[in-house]
Amino acid sequence: MAKAFLSGNDAFAEGVRLARPQVISIYPITPQTTVVERISEMVEDSSLKSELIHVESEHSALSCAIGASAMGARTFTATSSQGLLYMAECLQYASGGRFPIVMMNANRSTALPWNIYGDQRDSLSQLDCGWIQVYVEDAQESLDMALQGYHIAENPLVSTPVMVNLDGFVLTHTYETVEIPSQTDADRFLPPFQTENKMSLDNPKNLAFSVGPDNNMEFKYIQHKAMLDSRRVIEETDAKFAEIFGRSYGGLTQGYRIDDADYILITLGSITGLCREVVDELRERGEKVGLLKLRFIRPFPSDDLVAALESAKAIGVLEKDISFGYEGTVYTNVNSVIAKNGLCLETYNFIAGLGGRDISRENITAIFRHLQTGGQHVNFIGLGVTIDE
Amino acid sequence: MSNKITAKTITDSEFFYGHKACAGCGGSLAVRIALKVLGEGAISVLPAGCMSAVGFNYPHLCFSNNSIISTFAGTASMLTGVEAGARAVGIKNFKAVGLAGDGGTADIGIQALSGAIDRNDDILYICYDNEAYMNTGIQKSGLTPFGAKTTTTPSGENIHGNLRPKKNLFEIVAAHDIPYAATASIGNLPDFINKIEKASKIKGTAYIHVVAPCPIGWGIPVNETIEIARKMMDCGLWYLAEYENGKFKLNKNPSDFSSIEDYLLAQGRFKHLEAADIEILALQRDTKWATIRKNWNNIQEEL
Amino acid sequence: MSKPYLRPYQKPQKLSDYPLGTASEAGYLVTKNSGWRNERPIITDECINCLQCYLYCPDGVIFKTEDGLDIDYDFCKGCGICEKICPKQAIKMEVE
Ligand SMILES: Cc1ncc(C[n+]2csc(CCOP(=O)(O)OP(=O)(O)O)c2C)c(N)n1
Ligand code: SF4
Ligand code: SF4
Ligand code: SF4
Ligand SMILES: [Mg+2]
Repeated sequence: MAKAFLSGNDAFAEGVRLARPQVISIYPITPQTTVVERISEMVEDSSLKSELIHVESEHSALSCAIGASAMGARTFTATSSQGLLYMAECLQYASGGRFPIVMMNANRSTALPWNIYGDQRDSLSQLDCGWIQVYVEDAQESLDMALQGYHIAENPLVSTPVMVNLDGFVLTHTYETVEIPSQTDADRFLPPFQTENKMSLDNPKNLAFSVGPDNNMEFKYIQHKAMLDSRRVIEETDAKFAEIFGRSYGGLTQGYRIDDADYILITLGSITGLCREVVDELRERGEKVGLLKLRFIRPFPSDDLVAALESAKAIGVLEKDISFGYEGTVYTNVNSVIAKNGLCLETYNFIAGLGGRDISRENITAIFRHLQTGGQHVNFIGLGVTIDE
Repeated sequence: MSNKITAKTITDSEFFYGHKACAGCGGSLAVRIALKVLGEGAISVLPAGCMSAVGFNYPHLCFSNNSIISTFAGTASMLTGVEAGARAVGIKNFKAVGLAGDGGTADIGIQALSGAIDRNDDILYICYDNEAYMNTGIQKSGLTPFGAKTTTTPSGENIHGNLRPKKNLFEIVAAHDIPYAATASIGNLPDFINKIEKASKIKGTAYIHVVAPCPIGWGIPVNETIEIARKMMDCGLWYLAEYENGKFKLNKNPSDFSSIEDYLLAQGRFKHLEAADIEILALQRDTKWATIRKNWNNIQEEL
Repeated sequence: MSKPYLRPYQKPQKLSDYPLGTASEAGYLVTKNSGWRNERPIITDECINCLQCYLYCPDGVIFKTEDGLDIDYDFCKGCGICEKICPKQAIKMEVE
């Protein structure tokens, strides 16, 4: 184990190196670029022995990864924003084909208007594409989730691709001290990839076939069930990770001071750190507030949410996303759990950080205020102008 | 000469069998023959299109070699992944082969094809050209020839079918300075067979463009698929050529052409053509052949 | 010699009967094509075994035997390409 001062992207690249993917397809897009640059350097200096393929588009990046996975190879690719949308067809291809590819997505706003800064509209727009989606908070979690990502994806019960989301710039380009595990420990954690879902000369297969209405629903149900079953695998993976590396992330969600909290803010990704500080401040003043970090949004942590929110009076969902004409997508998902389980509490949505808009400590304090006093359900935080009626 | 694959020596094994292609389908013949030459080490990638649609309907699976459907645009990129993945997991004696339609190759898949050639990936890409998007019901593709009626280039009073000439994909591919590219036709299987055999031994990217008539889309009786493919070569609207070591080579240089009308008017898709339209096609043909004869090495060489 | 061949098929009864992902045994046929045909090709004694029909059959259903050629009528579609290509008119199309 070594310590290094790394950006989120650098840390992720270290995690990828430790996972030993056999085929890596790369195509650049800000703010993902430095991860593919680090990986290229690793291949150059042989610290990563992998087929590095310079593809001509993101569609090809994922199509190539699918092809390699279909041969039983561990594969990696990375993207962001426009690139993620450009590969949309392949996202569903990878999940429907049950190819356990791990992909890093640097969360970034989507055009138009053009904007290279962070928000989560890119990945949240692909919530239904059948990928496991995890959002990480800091550089250490980035590295760790590269490793855990493969462990989850390749579990035969799961066999589903994993998208690891890092907030663009605020995480991808922010430097922190990171512990880099030894290769020995990484290998102990992550065994070589093995699957039945592949071609081989001894046991030829026909893959990616058509399935008509008579069997198609069953294939889709199986895919859904694998995603549901992955919840257990995610927890087991985290436990095994803790055993070997001494770090744990709590599985699908991570609560902070929620046990007796009346007001709980739900967050995703890198903003969680600042929210935690605000919770501490308010707690010092005796306010019963808490925080729940959604790490995974697919599979959706329904049970965790019920357990965490059960005795709260009001909760808020802070997200860098808006589903135009409705509300934030994470909020919609959270509300559905609350309704289905008959929880009696107020819910509020805080749309913030679009296109990289800063989310301040004051914004978060005001959000907790809003939870306590009540008010409008869907709120845009940090709009710099008044809204013309 | 002697160790060429012939009807006598080619394997008895069939790799594409029991499929649901229409009777007399030229594309299915191209795929069948290609796989017989490549053998059980072939790992085939087929994009959306007729050949994947007729061969992969779970539980009825018609390829006895490893085969996978790619996205429509992703033949070449998936081939790249398959080739790299196979090597990475230690598989030996395999050949990653793409079997894609004209639309899948010349239109939506051209970016990925260009990328793969640029990287010189060790793959064989075969485009079976039936001159339209057949699987979706005969719509115009970039390889639909001038004058052809398709469901999106109808012929009427104002417009006589497709207005644009066929893209010259063979030369587009060659312009990448690919190690090996060739044209072929299912009307001449010995030539096609030898070109596949040759291409399979190339280290790096190889490309074969094989004309494979579709009786449905072309409007011909189902037993005339081979005949029409032969007529197309005889009248000079298709030629057999290779690109190798930076040079083009014409494999067959006919001294005269058979009637272009005969070829065109035998097909429903050209029935509406008027003399002036046919003249345009004849002129295009003559211009092309003049350039070929002037610039290419056309020493006639038995393949 | 090998080729895709007919197998018994029963619609899966439970989820575990389905393959993982979309990967299943290669060359697994469950239906014939014989019903597509109006006419069947018959190879007659005129045959000189030049193998043109064998080579050009799109469906690959003409196969070599000890003493010539035979046709797999389970999968012949009756297209008549073999009849056309035969230099000896040795193939006759017979109405089914
Ligand atoms: C991204 C995408 N766009 C469109 C289609 C619809 N599509 C499927 S097959 C096909 C036609 C294929 O034409 P071609 O490549 O010439 O092969 P053919 O069917 O003629 O054999 C089309 C347009 C698709 N499957 N995917
Ligand atoms: S439509 Fe044409 S290309 Fe498609 S299967 Fe039928 S004959 Fe073959
Ligand atoms: S083409 Fe005619 S002569 Fe030749 S093998 Fe077939 S049936 Fe016999
Ligand atoms: S009729 Fe067609 S499918 Fe049947 S054997 Fe002859 S060429 Fe083959
Ligand atoms: Mg076509």
